[in-house]
Amino acid sequence: MNDMTPTREQRTAALEGMGCKRKRVEDIRFTQGRGNYVDDVKLPGMLHGDFVRSPHAHARVKSINAEEALKVPGVLAVITAETLKTVNLAWMPTLAGDVQMVLADGKVLFQNQEVAFVVATDRYAADDGINKVEVEYEPLPPLVDPFKAMDHNAPVLREDLDGKTTGAHGPRKHHNHIFEWTVGDKDLTDAAFRKAEVTIKEMISYHRTHPSPLETCQCVCSFDKVKGELTIWGTFQAPHVIRTVVSLIAKLPEQKIHVIAPDIGGGFGNKVGAYPGYICAAVASIVTGKPVKWVEDRIENLTATSFARDYHMTTEIAATKEGKVTGLRVHVLADHGAFDACADPSKWPAGFFNIVTGSYDFPTAHLSVDGVYTNKAPGGVAYRCSFRVTEAAYCIERAMDILAQKLGMDPAELRLKNFIKPEQFPYHSALGWEYDSGDYHTAMRKMMETTDYAALRKEQTEKREAFRRGETREIMGLGVSFFTEIVGAGPSKNCDILGIAMFDSCEIRMHPTGAGIARMGTKSQGQGHETTWAQIIATEIGIPADNIQVEEGNTDTAPYGLGTYGSRSTPVAGAAIAMAARKIKAKAQMIAAYKLEVHEDDLEFDIDGFRVKGLPEKFMSMKDICWAAYNSVPPGMEPGLEAVSYYDPPNMTYPFGAYLCVMDIDVDTGVYKVRRFYALDDCGTRINPMIIEGQVHGGLTEAFAIAMGQEIRYDDTGNVVTGSFMDFFMPTAVETPHWETDFTVTPSPHHPIGAKGVGESPNVGGVPAFSNAVNDAFSFLGSTHIQMPHDFWRNWQAAKNLGAVA
Amino acid sequence: MIPGPFSYHRPASLADAVKLLADLGDDARPLAGGHSLVPMMKLRLATPAHLVDLHDVADLKGIRGYGDTVVIGAMTTQHELLASGEIRQTLPILQEAAALIADPQVRYCGTIGGNVANGDPGNDMPALMMVLGANFRLNGPGGERDVPANEFYQGAYFTALEPGEILTSISIPVPPAGHGYAYEKLKRKVGDYATAAAAVVLTMAGGKVATCAIGLTNLHETPLLATDAANAVIGTSLDAATLKKAAAAAEAIMAPAADARGPVEYRKHVGGIMVMRALQRAAGGTA
Ligand SMILES: Cc1cc2nc3c(=O)[nH]c(=O)nc-3n(C[C@H](O)[C@H](O)[C@H](O)COP(=O)(O)OP(=O)(O)OC[C@H]3O[C@@H](n4cnc5c(N)ncnc54)[C@H](O)[C@@H]3O)c2cc1C
Repeated sequence: MNDMTPTREQRTAALEGMGCKRKRVEDIRFTQGRGNYVDDVKLPGMLHGDFVRSPHAHARVKSINAEEALKVPGVLAVITAETLKTVNLAWMPTLAGDVQMVLADGKVLFQNQEVAFVVATDRYAADDGINKVEVEYEPLPPLVDPFKAMDHNAPVLREDLDGKTTGAHGPRKHHNHIFEWTVGDKDLTDAAFRKAEVTIKEMISYHRTHPSPLETCQCVCSFDKVKGELTIWGTFQAPHVIRTVVSLIAKLPEQKIHVIAPDIGGGFGNKVGAYPGYICAAVASIVTGKPVKWVEDRIENLTATSFARDYHMTTEIAATKEGKVTGLRVHVLADHGAFDACADPSKWPAGFFNIVTGSYDFPTAHLSVDGVYTNKAPGGVAYRCSFRVTEAAYCIERAMDILAQKLGMDPAELRLKNFIKPEQFPYHSALGWEYDSGDYHTAMRKMMETTDYAALRKEQTEKREAFRRGETREIMGLGVSFFTEIVGAGPSKNCDILGIAMFDSCEIRMHPTGAGIARMGTKSQGQGHETTWAQIIATEIGIPADNIQVEEGNTDTAPYGLGTYGSRSTPVAGAAIAMAARKIKAKAQMIAAYKLEVHEDDLEFDIDGFRVKGLPEKFMSMKDICWAAYNSVPPGMEPGLEAVSYYDPPNMTYPFGAYLCVMDIDVDTGVYKVRRFYALDDCGTRINPMIIEGQVHGGLTEAFAIAMGQEIRYDDTGNVVTGSFMDFFMPTAVETPHWETDFTVTPSPHHPIGAKGVGESPNVGGVPAFSNAVNDAFSFLGSTHIQMPHDFWRNWQAAKNLGAVA
Repeated sequence: MIPGPFSYHRPASLADAVKLLADLGDDARPLAGGHSLVPMMKLRLATPAHLVDLHDVADLKGIRGYGDTVVIGAMTTQHELLASGEIRQTLPILQEAAALIADPQVRYCGTIGGNVANGDPGNDMPALMMVLGANFRLNGPGGERDVPANEFYQGAYFTALEPGEILTSISIPVPPAGHGYAYEKLKRKVGDYATAAAAVVLTMAGGKVATCAIGLTNLHETPLLATDAANAVIGTSLDAATLKKAAAAAEAIMAPAADARGPVEYRKHVGGIMVMRALQRAAGGTA
């Protein structure tokens, strides 16, 4: 070997494979304004549609008069429920097994509900038309408070369900009841509480908020009458599911529907479901024969398409005097708004909320969830979390702090005492999950050492004394959060969407020159799939990541997949990618054996090619194998080098992490300062550390927003009072704290590359860290639980209620 | 979020602008930086049929110092205020407040004239104008007149401006050298209007407050001059009891609306806190 021969390190580095902080390839176009988003799609003759929306939360629609609107220059059509009825589309199915009005049919059930769709030659004319549509409403009493939904005299919201005592998930107890879902052993749990030395009980609310991606929901529908084909460009996190749903509800053959999700400006769960805008744009295109674009504005996005959370969790823990937990009992009142448009796997009306036992070894637990209708926007989607996992993590992490306070124990110590131990994995939780792997003690201790947790507690004690002496008006809180997520939906044995198992897929096609294209059933919305997917392939088959083109989002070319949400891309599609790559590698090995004139078993893979064992100089690079695949394959073998994998995961993955928030609060104004935020994440094998860090920063920023002020709030009459970015808290770089990130690595034992997924962890773990910090700050003044969000005025209110301000 | 139809006019002189507004009548509105008017139009809360853009009217631009007064053209942007050496020397409180308005993009467009003529209780400049004893020069079909800032604000979006009148400039008496000043603004985030804000300009003599003016932003349907609160501190050394008294006097005239920033009680309470903090900081900065 001469000096020019690259070292093994150099050859590995040249691949930019797994573990490399590879720069995001998609950023080249994003940072130069060369992305291609739905609103960039402009077709000849394209029309624009927009909605007349209800000003009322609950009202009967007496009449809709479009006469004046149709006189507005440029307005071509006004579509109402009556129009949609002619094509049987006035209502649509939701992913949660409910039905939802596409346009108001007889009544409206939430403010800003879609009432009519005005189609015009441009967006301005459409809005002028909207202002000319006359709708006569007869207001009805609104139901805003979910706790009053099942009162015997509560107004009837869903007249369409009159007499239906059974819903998609079993019996309904009341006209505003959707479902009851129970898990766990009630008798055993009740017994644990009877025997308990110490118990706590608290109603912990996770308020209603919204994913609010930068780009709102939008689509362009183009129906070709001659071919009978419908093409839809849309902001879809799950394009294949959209194609199937459209086929089923519009009765169009699936091969005649082309769904294209181009670049997407953030999704966070907002872009999983189907919305009236998609249906109306499609119908408008069929009616007019022209392409029709629908683009939501910010107010519409915040008030009409898919809120998140709104879970009210009455939580009880039983424990010994020493702080060993012995039982968990949770009842959730789930506010779904006017229609249950939850985007959960079909069999899971409350998502995976039964991860609520968290990171702790609860011998027994019982959970029940009641879903109810109210006069609010329909949803709840999983806002940067696996289905209802944020709610569950908040519930248990807040409750553990409350228990620690009652026991007079340090919250970190209480957690350490109750963690599932490393040797207990795979661990079967009391509520039915099999945790794949974890080492919670190590992560927690690393957090405590790195932040010097003991010193912070000491400082807090001193500050509290100074506050009592009147020397400061500032109080200090330490928010500990140790979360375990359940992501990667999921195994076909328990996960499907409308009957389609939640596998995912990858197809890899290598070209003769040692390059290739890979397509997946997932869809990046900013996660950087084009970068990381190529890195997995690079390491698996030894071709540089730069030589692998990644393509997603076109249902005509991509293999069928269930899309990107719930941190499922890496756990499911990431596995499919590795499996497809291994098929490529297996065929490559046969070709190499033939070319090197040895038996396959005499070869070993070495970074970027195959080598004959014991004969280092007999080597064939993957690049050369690619060439050979197209001209000199072994006799009897088909030429080419392609593979497809559809991966049905054997289990979910369970990322975890230890977070700490250090916060100071000025009791006179309620203004807080996040002094320090430390986040240790264990997402198993790390594909691209830079992208992980970016995901953690983004998720923590959202968690900060949610915990500290972001909410969709309604007044007593059902008006949304936080319907724009003026009042819906969207922090800027100025408000956003500095993030310190850290990690441990506990690979998933069942995943081909050991990766668990990380995109949502920081949102899941971050919210309890912030809320616990606020609650911890106030605890010495005698409070046990203060509800989120913790914006300035509410912090002041808390201080006032506790007698800390006059 | 799509405005209704309107026609756009761009006069090149003040006379043309005044004439256009007179001819077009009630359906016409002057357009300055557009950062209050255009958002209202997008929500169709404002639906003017005509916009008269003042950007080509050279007379409305510029900052000129005349020794004891500074005259600021209505079309001067917040960014220009921040960049002006004249303002830094004579009216530093304007720079402190301008830097707390919205964000750089808004400040590049938004004008001082638009900010004070708008009549939104959330605007920051009006309370400052009252504290500084500014005079607004108005020009309309009836000719030119001056209105003191103190008499300009009549209610939310209700000012002394007559239909067709344009605010052309603002003249501000220069406070004495060595004066102390502070603008304390509590807001939820960058780009937010005040939850409560207080402007203070004072002078000290022998460790005691000699003169003092206190203005309040977003704590009433108009900006307020807190005269009783100011009187309460004159002659004192701003001890804790006096500060509390001033805050209480200021709170007594506040009547904020409850909104997403907080309930009335909170906004009044932090209004009082802003007054105390502004007084302390202003006193600390006197020479
Ligand atoms: C995101 C955001 C945040 C903001 N935050 C703040 C804040 O914290 N504090 C604050 O003070 N402001 C804030 N603003 C408002 C901003 O300062 C505006 O620029 C200002 O209120 C209006 O000035 P303008 O030049 O943009 O006027 P325009 O919007 O053009 O006009 C406002 C009104 O004044 C009238 N007008 C304008 N100029 C004249 C004139 N010369 N004579 C007569 N009438 C006139 C117009 O007809 C209109 O009715 C914010 C704006 C935005 C978009």
